[in-house]
Amino acid sequence: MTTAAPPGRRTRKPVGRTFYWMVIPALVLFVLFHTLPVLQGFYYSLTDYPGYGSHEFIGFQNYANLFKDDRVLDAYLFTFQFAIVATILTNVIALAIAMGLNAKIRFRTTLRGIFFIPNVLAILIVGYIFNYLFSNSLPVVAEALGIEALSTNILVNPDLAWLGIVIVATWQAVAFNIIIYLAGLQTIPGDVVEAATIDGAGRWRQFVSITFPLIAPFFTINMVLSLKNFLQVFDHIIALTNGGPGTATTSVSVLIYSGGLEGGEYAYQTANAIVYFLVIVAVSVFQMRLLQRREMSA
Amino acid sequence: MSIRSDTPAPATAPAEPTGTPPRSPSRPRRRPSVNWWLTALLAACSLTVLVPLYFTVVTALKKPAELAGAGFDLPQDPQWGNFSEAWRLTDYPQAALNSALITVGAVLLTLLTNSMVAYAIARNMDRRLFRGLYYFFVSALFIPFPIIMLPVIKQTSMLGLDNQAGLIFLYVVYGLAFNIFLYVGYIKSIPRALEEAARTDGAGTWTVFWRVIFPLLAPMNATVGILTFLWAWNDFLLPLVVLSSPSARTLPLVQYVFQNQFTSDYTTAFASYLMALAPALLVYLFAQRWVISGVLRGAVK
Repeated sequence: MTTAAPPGRRTRKPVGRTFYWMVIPALVLFVLFHTLPVLQGFYYSLTDYPGYGSHEFIGFQNYANLFKDDRVLDAYLFTFQFAIVATILTNVIALAIAMGLNAKIRFRTTLRGIFFIPNVLAILIVGYIFNYLFSNSLPVVAEALGIEALSTNILVNPDLAWLGIVIVATWQAVAFNIIIYLAGLQTIPGDVVEAATIDGAGRWRQFVSITFPLIAPFFTINMVLSLKNFLQVFDHIIALTNGGPGTATTSVSVLIYSGGLEGGEYAYQTANAIVYFLVIVAVSVFQMRLLQRREMSA
Repeated sequence: MSIRSDTPAPATAPAEPTGTPPRSPSRPRRRPSVNWWLTALLAACSLTVLVPLYFTVVTALKKPAELAGAGFDLPQDPQWGNFSEAWRLTDYPQAALNSALITVGAVLLTLLTNSMVAYAIARNMDRRLFRGLYYFFVSALFIPFPIIMLPVIKQTSMLGLDNQAGLIFLYVVYGLAFNIFLYVGYIKSIPRALEEAARTDGAGTWTVFWRVIFPLLAPMNATVGILTFLWAWNDFLLPLVVLSSPSARTLPLVQYVFQNQFTSDYTTAFASYLMALAPALLVYLFAQRWVISGVLRGAVK
């Protein structure tokens, strides 16, 4: 890698020019394969293009129709419900485990290593494994324990299927968040906690007034990243429910994929994707502002 | 998991090499007592991770007739044949080769190109053009894939990039957004004096980058390499929409394609899942510390 000795000619050129050559190919390719598709996508969203054949320009009609479409509305409701619950669960569990790992325990490295495993596994395959657990193992276990609600496959129950997705998503995402919280907790000087203990602060009080404020920036990162990632949920759903039963677990990403590629709604779903993008940016910015203000005042 | 590092660390020592500031040594330290209850509790929690993995292994080794019940019991007579059946059915060598080829190609090309682009940007942030370029690349982080998904499918099939090489190429280009962000932050912290010394010896920008800067980027290269590896190896959506030929399928994609055939034969399915998960698990097992600190460096940047 480091042996790429340049021909002497090149090194003689003015410094600036080499810098340009370093970025221009990347810029061209990025524009070609990212920026251009974004613009194309926006253009198509203003047409009635079904993904093949001819199309006509129809202005913002797709956008107007989106707001009248129950499928789209349901997809957003499901996605937000899922994302909010999963974000809260993930962060509560990850913070608790990270605090445990940061305490005076044995086998810290091993435990940390185990908790991180889900982060290196493909979500799709994890989803298939859990799919089997939910449909075959859990009902048997639940029946033996006499839990009526869980004695049938929760993934085929329109009211419970989303919980299955929450469980898999949380199982996977906790791994990453633990590591971030652990890094945050290790920035807290031991003296501060010791001083609080000497002052007679209880565990809960210590957490509320010392630990949590000190790791607030890490909390912000985790909350914003989790919510953003969960809002784009796709692989989990394909593996667990494929959007069903009915359309009970059709997330926005799944709807865009299935409607746009298989349902002949190329232009319409691209409009949906653009609205979705604006929603995600708005939510992230709002969340960041809110949490940073809280960081300040804490 | 490595056992070597399990010696109880004194509470004052950072367990993670992330530049935790050393604590004040003024106070005499006593060895804190180990909290065994908490250790046991965390070990119990870790079962939530281990049990599904255990379940995958035992199910992959069972006969279909043994599947009745909850399925947490050990296989009576391990069916190693399930693996050869899954191997044959999903053409595992081909899929594994595709995944490996795409992942290794994406990692190497990403490291070589993205670091270079970031270097040029980082050292010229005072010029409007390069600063603009930085924000241009980084802003792409916010654009969700579904927006470009449909145009990209058309584009890649038109250009003959609906194959393994095309995927490598897309990972390298799409990775730019986040990697530029990571690299630029890191390069800014490298003093320019080092480069200037090399320059006075007559080295050009090109030489300076490859001989001086690139080796110094090692920690960030590790982070970018690990993140790219995990992304390319585990990705499902991009291979799903880009790849057209069945012979180009990656490991996750193969599980998706064969899901319908698997429903009649779960033992083969689990053997297949296990074989698909194993390479990443093995890499992680041997490079655990490295992977965790790499991911961490990428996240808290």
